[in-house]
Amino acid sequence: MSALLNMGGYAAFVWPAYGVTAIGLGAAIVFTLRAYARAKARLAALEKP
Amino acid sequence: MASMFALANPKRFMDASTQFLPWLAGAAGLALAAGLMLGFLAPPDYQQGTTVKIMFLHVPAAWTAMMAYGLMAVTSLFSLIWRHPLADVAAKAAAPLGAIFTVLGLVTGSLWGRPMWGTYWVWDARLTSFLLLLFLYLGYIALWNAIEDEVRAARAASILALVGAVNLPIIEFSVNWHTLHQGESIVRADGPQISSVFLWPLGLTALGYTLLFFALWTVRIRTEILERRTRSLMLSGQA
Repeated sequence: MSALLNMGGYAAFVWPAYGVTAIGLGAAIVFTLRAYARAKARLAALEKP
Repeated sequence: MASMFALANPKRFMDASTQFLPWLAGAAGLALAAGLMLGFLAPPDYQQGTTVKIMFLHVPAAWTAMMAYGLMAVTSLFSLIWRHPLADVAAKAAAPLGAIFTVLGLVTGSLWGRPMWGTYWVWDARLTSFLLLLFLYLGYIALWNAIEDEVRAARAASILALVGAVNLPIIEFSVNWHTLHQGESIVRADGPQISSVFLWPLGLTALGYTLLFFALWTVRIRTEILERRTRSLMLSGQA
């Protein structure tokens, strides 16, 4: 387990790379879906008779 | 080609994407999960140690960032020349995603460069042209936001996207121009020069990033179509 955390001495580079990637891809997904939901709700409100 | 033009109609795009989007997203998730897991389990490289794991994050991000720009340039061309109703929507929708993948490519590359080259950054042609890619994306987004009139904004942004496309071959070929960046090792005439224990996770994460981009791009195009419908409804309501 500690060998995994240690990443053969490169933990300070490998883990941040995973972290930044998770944040970046996560943000892209969340913002994209949230903007879609917002646009859908606005149009639905307008189209309501 | 014919099917592409058929999709270049907002109504048809909405209908078709409702069908294919779940499959696209599912495939992206599967490829990403498999690739990341194989990458995580891959043995350390004999020269690079465990930093080889950064390759599975860096190469797909950089590839997707460049692919996204290529798609943005092509759709911009369609927007400029044929005035396709969906082309400038598609180009506009690609830019923020491309910018995020570019940032991921830059940051992961930097985190890989420090232990392997001894520096986070160097102003050589490869790294500088990739940084320029980020500025092109940001400039493109800023241009859209700066011009109120949608038609004029689309035209100006399309021209910027096309001019900036010159940077893509520069990024591609600068890997041979006196740089610390390692040379091309995958797409070569004599076949891939990396072991299959690394090639598989790399291929799968690259596929996963590509599919994820297409899935998010699709959702962003749908968002823009809905927003334009909302705007035109509001305008007709005022009239």
